[in-house]
Amino acid sequence: MMQDDQVIVCEKLTKRFGDFVATDEITFEVHKGEIFGFLGANGAGKTTAMRMLCGLSAPTSGKATIAGFDVYTQTEQIKKNIGYMSQKFSLYENLTVLENIEFFGGIYGLSDQQIKDKTNELLDRLGLKSEAKKLVASLPLGWKQKLSFSVAVLHEPKIVFLDEPTGGVDPVTRRQFWDLIYEAANRGITVFVTTHYMDEAEYCNRISIMVDGKMEVLDTPANLKSQFGVRSMDEVFYQLARSAKRGD
Amino acid sequence: MRTLRFLLRKEFRQIFRDKAIVSLIFFMPMVQLILMPLAADYEVRNINLAVVDHDKSSYSQKLISKVVASGYFRLAGYNQSFKEAFGLIESDEADLILEIPQDFERNLIREDKQKLFVAVNAINGTKANLGGAYLGSIIADFNAGIRMQLVRPPKFSTFPVIEVVASNWFNPVLNYKVFIVPGILAILVTMVGGFLSALNIVREKEIGTIEQINVTPIKKHIFILGKLIPFWVLANIVFTIGLILARFVYGIVPVGSLLVLYLFIAIYLLTVLGFGLLVSTFCDTQQQAMFIMFFFMMLFILLGGLFTSIDSMPDWAKVITRFNPVRYMIEVMRMVILKGSGLMDVLPHLGIVSLMAVVLNGWAILNYKKTN
Repeated sequence: MMQDDQVIVCEKLTKRFGDFVATDEITFEVHKGEIFGFLGANGAGKTTAMRMLCGLSAPTSGKATIAGFDVYTQTEQIKKNIGYMSQKFSLYENLTVLENIEFFGGIYGLSDQQIKDKTNELLDRLGLKSEAKKLVASLPLGWKQKLSFSVAVLHEPKIVFLDEPTGGVDPVTRRQFWDLIYEAANRGITVFVTTHYMDEAEYCNRISIMVDGKMEVLDTPANLKSQFGVRSMDEVFYQLARSAKRGD
Repeated sequence: MRTLRFLLRKEFRQIFRDKAIVSLIFFMPMVQLILMPLAADYEVRNINLAVVDHDKSSYSQKLISKVVASGYFRLAGYNQSFKEAFGLIESDEADLILEIPQDFERNLIREDKQKLFVAVNAINGTKANLGGAYLGSIIADFNAGIRMQLVRPPKFSTFPVIEVVASNWFNPVLNYKVFIVPGILAILVTMVGGFLSALNIVREKEIGTIEQINVTPIKKHIFILGKLIPFWVLANIVFTIGLILARFVYGIVPVGSLLVLYLFIAIYLLTVLGFGLLVSTFCDTQQQAMFIMFFFMMLFILLGGLFTSIDSMPDWAKVITRFNPVRYMIEVMRMVILKGSGLMDVLPHLGIVSLMAVVLNGWAILNYKKTN
């Protein structure tokens, strides 16, 4: 694999909170344009790892570069090159759809013309034209999540981090959401996604499963299934997660 | 700079979207400015007086009607015995007892000498003290009147009399409102700015949008500026409304230059807002921020010299007031509005408040962490 092709490189990345090791020496890399699934039971350390990669949380030890920038010293450069969609819905509920798009576009330094074009394109794709002037708070959850994703990739980042983006969303909307993810990946945006849905895990190019802060496996869904001698990702996950000592 | 524009647009949209908050921001200070100076008055009136008149003479009647006519006292009871009157004090119906002894009139005329007894209910200290003093001066006045009637004043006074005549500068009629309104306006502007800014960043923390901001390449000082400017504008508007109200409701026209006043308030607001934002960066919930602000606001106001003079505070309290921005604001308000002080006079205040603004805002920027 070409070295240039790697957009995320992690080596023994660790985060401790006192005695608690949330993320324990995880080592992996992610390639450009890849959809990388990041799985694990609740409390396995997924969100902590993701927050370190986004420059929101400083690692305790280990090395990591995102889009070629160091997670210790170049967090602001990292932030220019990534998009992030947190577990908690975090667009402004008391702003309209248009106002949210304009704000985040502006913050990422898009020009007025770019914001205008992107807004039209995005509203078309999501079918949100008629809702453009409504407050985000009034949208159904599925639409909010799609909007949130589209805003996260508005500035065409190199990598987009999605933390359980489809939690609580109906199956049809989840399917549509993954269409959006594929479109982004086709445009060359690397997608780093955590999920609890094993059908979604199948959509990923490669997946890793975290157990108690450690990364237990990392491979394509097909290889993992044959390695564990099972037919579905559900069973792979179940076998691994059963050994977990912590959780909620 | 471009980023700042988007931030400001967003903040203003959010503020003005919440109609309830907007009307509170403007309406509440107005109501307070109209009500508080009328109610919060140093002058003590309606002191309840119980009279025990053992003499029942024309002189004692004259004295009583003089006391009641002064307007400060209300006759709570006209009692036969001190014991009876004391009952009124016990049931809190009376604040003062004036006991006029038997033979009051006779002794006064014959012996030119008579003692009166005044008992004060000291539970309400201010009322008791002032009531006692008022009563004392009314009796003294009554006494002087009697002397004039009874004793012909000698052509040349046998003893020298020094009379102290005070003239009250800058507030010639000692109008309490003239004194209190600028101070209350200072407090209101401080409260509006302080609370709004303290609750703002912490609100974004609570609803989680701060994460989305922190993951953008936005500069910390731009973010803080984006929070500072909208509240600065709002507080200036509140201040202006307050000045207009002071003019038309209380007839208070600033003697000094409005320019100096606005220059000071511009910098002072940066201090207050910087403090609010600093609190906001420390707290995780709006409740925490609210309580911390409440604590400091109480301190700032009580040690700000609005209700109690700083000169009469103990030394340690005086030291604290030096770190209290509200103190400087109240002083400058009174100096410029009542006394007409110019830029040079308020320069020391301006210097201190500027320093506070730099420290507090710098600290807020440092303490706002995009990476934890």
